[in-house]
Amino acid sequence: MHTLELTVNGQGHKVEVGLKTTLLEVLRDKLHITSPKVGCNTGDCGTCSVLLDGVLVRSCITNALSVQGKSVTTLEGIIEPGDIHPLQKAFHENYGSQCGFCTPGMILASKALLDANPSPTRDEVKEALSGNLCRCTGYVKIIDSVLAAADEMKS
Amino acid sequence: MSNVIGQRVTRYDGMAHVTGETKFVDDQVVPGTLTVKALRSPVSKGKIKNLDISAAEKMPGVAGVITAADVPCNAFGLIPDQPVLVGEDIRYKGEAIAAVAAVDEDAAMEALEKIGLEIEEQQAVLDPLEAMKDGAPQTRPEGNFQIWDDNNYRQVNLGDVDKAFEQADEIVESVHLHPSVEHAPMEPICSLAVPHAGPKLTIYTVSQALYFHLGMLCGILQMEPGDLHCKQWKAKTGSAWRHNTGYADLNYVGGTVGGGFGGKNDIMADHVAALLALKTGRPCKWRWTRAEDLLYSTFRGAWHITIKDAVTKQGRIIGRQMTSIRDAGSYASLNPYVVEKHCYLGAGPYFIPNVRVRGYCVYTNKPPASSMRGFGITPAAFATEVQMDQIADRLGMDPWEVRMTNAFRKGEFTPTKRILNSVAVIEVLQNLAAKAGVELPGHLKAMASTQERG
Amino acid sequence: MYPSGMSGGGDSSQAMVKVQPDGSAVVTVGSCDIGQGCKTIMAQITAEVLGIDYEAVKVVNDDTDNCPLSFGTFASRVTYVDGLATKLAAEDARRILFEVAAVMLECSEDELEAIDNQIRVKGNPDKALPIGEVAGAGTFGMRKLILGLGHYMRDPAAMDPETGECDPFCTLAWAASYAEVEVDTETGEVEILRLVNSYDVGKAMNPTHLEGQIDGGATMGVGAAMSENLHPFYPSLDFQPDNLGDYAIPTTMDVPDMESVIYECPSTNGPYGAKGIGEMTANTPGPAIVNAIHDAVGIWITNLPATPEKVLRALDAKGA
Repeated sequence: MHTLELTVNGQGHKVEVGLKTTLLEVLRDKLHITSPKVGCNTGDCGTCSVLLDGVLVRSCITNALSVQGKSVTTLEGIIEPGDIHPLQKAFHENYGSQCGFCTPGMILASKALLDANPSPTRDEVKEALSGNLCRCTGYVKIIDSVLAAADEMKS
Repeated sequence: MSNVIGQRVTRYDGMAHVTGETKFVDDQVVPGTLTVKALRSPVSKGKIKNLDISAAEKMPGVAGVITAADVPCNAFGLIPDQPVLVGEDIRYKGEAIAAVAAVDEDAAMEALEKIGLEIEEQQAVLDPLEAMKDGAPQTRPEGNFQIWDDNNYRQVNLGDVDKAFEQADEIVESVHLHPSVEHAPMEPICSLAVPHAGPKLTIYTVSQALYFHLGMLCGILQMEPGDLHCKQWKAKTGSAWRHNTGYADLNYVGGTVGGGFGGKNDIMADHVAALLALKTGRPCKWRWTRAEDLLYSTFRGAWHITIKDAVTKQGRIIGRQMTSIRDAGSYASLNPYVVEKHCYLGAGPYFIPNVRVRGYCVYTNKPPASSMRGFGITPAAFATEVQMDQIADRLGMDPWEVRMTNAFRKGEFTPTKRILNSVAVIEVLQNLAAKAGVELPGHLKAMASTQERG
Repeated sequence: MYPSGMSGGGDSSQAMVKVQPDGSAVVTVGSCDIGQGCKTIMAQITAEVLGIDYEAVKVVNDDTDNCPLSFGTFASRVTYVDGLATKLAAEDARRILFEVAAVMLECSEDELEAIDNQIRVKGNPDKALPIGEVAGAGTFGMRKLILGLGHYMRDPAAMDPETGECDPFCTLAWAASYAEVEVDTETGEVEILRLVNSYDVGKAMNPTHLEGQIDGGATMGVGAAMSENLHPFYPSLDFQPDNLGDYAIPTTMDVPDMESVIYECPSTNGPYGAKGIGEMTANTPGPAIVNAIHDAVGIWITNLPATPEKVLRALDAKGA
């Protein structure tokens, strides 16, 4: 076993991990942070997406020891407790979630986009979310949500 | 406030979804939960000659191993033909034979490797068209066909189709293959069974149908003392969905599902998790990998559909014959119901006075197919709607005109003679044309479902 | 075309609506929310019947110890069957509120209506009580449990084994799709440029939910038509995809911005005339795409999915 020190949503943690342990296992099984989901464990679906030092990664194929000393943000950490992020508000108001299983990853992928590009076009949103699968919505209202959030964040 | 109906109110659980607060089965944290893994058949058909779990049971970290011998009633389903774990006869590649509960995934996987398994492989049949032939290898002892009454097909017969073919100006025929399709909800199959003193059991489930599966699990577990033997019980109720006893011992927890699409209408993991929880006295979670979900969960079985229509020069369909073959895989699950629904409504939203539909439900050595969004009508809609364009093509007519000419009108009836009172095929097509920017000719714009057929 | 409820009938759903002492309500049903919006629709129906705000309704559907019977979430049945059960339960609870209010307002029960968070004499805003006052008086003053019960089950339909004659469904909803595609005759790739979906839903209970369900179902239809195949070497099991990279469900890049148009031809028995459309949304896009491919390049793809390989082979066969 090896000791992993990392920061999750602003809070420092020290956990024991094996050589094969993934970041997703650390978050879910050791820290009980359950917004990143186990959808495939092969990096194909995006439901486990988190931000690693601000960069979007798939935590299911990210080796835990590779994030030594780094900072991880999950959906729980994108805003102060009791408040919500404009993306969360926009996904709620524009019906950007149906079953809700892809939603945490979808919102984090959207945040990574808007952090880098505050005024994306519709096509740029599609491109940015192309690695996050959703089986319920057909994506139309997800894309609407991201564009609505971008508008709100600019004003 | 009133007039809430018709309003664009926000999703009831939307805020929980966007904050990550929504808890799915896999998000439940119960201390001491064991990890479940299954030994699955490497062959599509065979007989188990020897199954030895003694070494696996002794492996470090293993709390329990179960086989068919641990299942009180090893037959479930609406037609109770499917074992929880294979006793002797393997019907599909990936069918579960034994299951292990261990402290973690590594321990469970290592224990699976210690299970001794000898199989005598037999010839499988994977093609339903082969399975329908005389002398084909048998998927199941009852034969490869689902039997309805005295027939090996379900049928709907309206009018005289043969006469319609004699009277037709044109006969248009097409053959379609709709492939096997997986539901692929983002949430994979997962079940968590938590035993309590009592003995009572809580099942956290991905089920789309809590009561359905509660009843089925009551049947599988036979939990209450002095219960009838399984076979007697089946004879008594004729259904594996039991609603007379056992509910007091089980609580089914769910209702928030990460997508279903028909893929969570059959019990997939609850039974094994429950049996291991009862055997070990500890919480047991069986979460399928995405690979298991794709390869071994239920799916929309493939359909072979042949349509033959008797058509007049004016584009009126006066007779339609459909012969449809459903590749059902190896167990009934919801296949017979899917085929029935196909037969009732497969001929499409058109008033055709002479209809003959035969739906075959054919068993092959694939994993069991079952319900998926559209229950037998999705492949029918594909076949019939492509056929409508082929008719238009043959007659040199506008496909909109062929559809609207044949569309149901109010007061007409379906092939099963159900009279229709809420009909809007013509209006839906008119709206579609308007939205798409297609200019329909005046007589089609003037058409209405409430007009009697001229 | 698609039916609401199980073919052959016999499928039950029950509901309970409890009015709390403050006039808010809890509706309890046994059906699951698989993303389709069961909780939202049941809250809307309860709010409508009781004349209260949507936000004043809680929905409980999470276990079989607490929730009444439902056959489940399938067969496009929840809005229709659970909806009817919920409507009956809310009306039953409202009846109890009317009993209480009739005493308080010194009128008969059938003169009353529930509207704008009030119980009032029909059309007379001056003879009105806040619903919380009525619920409080009923609960504490008259020692009532304001609990309404509802159960809906369509009778099982007998079927003639020879003709198939039967009355197998509650109601039918109707749909059609229009597709525009571009076919690359060099590579065989098909791009969907436009997809328009038209529906009759009986009554649009929540248009946003409907649009979302239509878009999502259409995308599943696009997947089955264009890319998804669990057995690519059917009927053999060879090279079966075992990950979501190989089993290609549509991504944001594979579907156009879909448009939908909704028509309301009420069902005779559904709640507020509603019909269920959950499943049928996957049905019409596939054939529309295949017909559009024929319109573009003159080939029929009758063996789905319409992969580039099949398109190229069909083009070759046509050219030969």
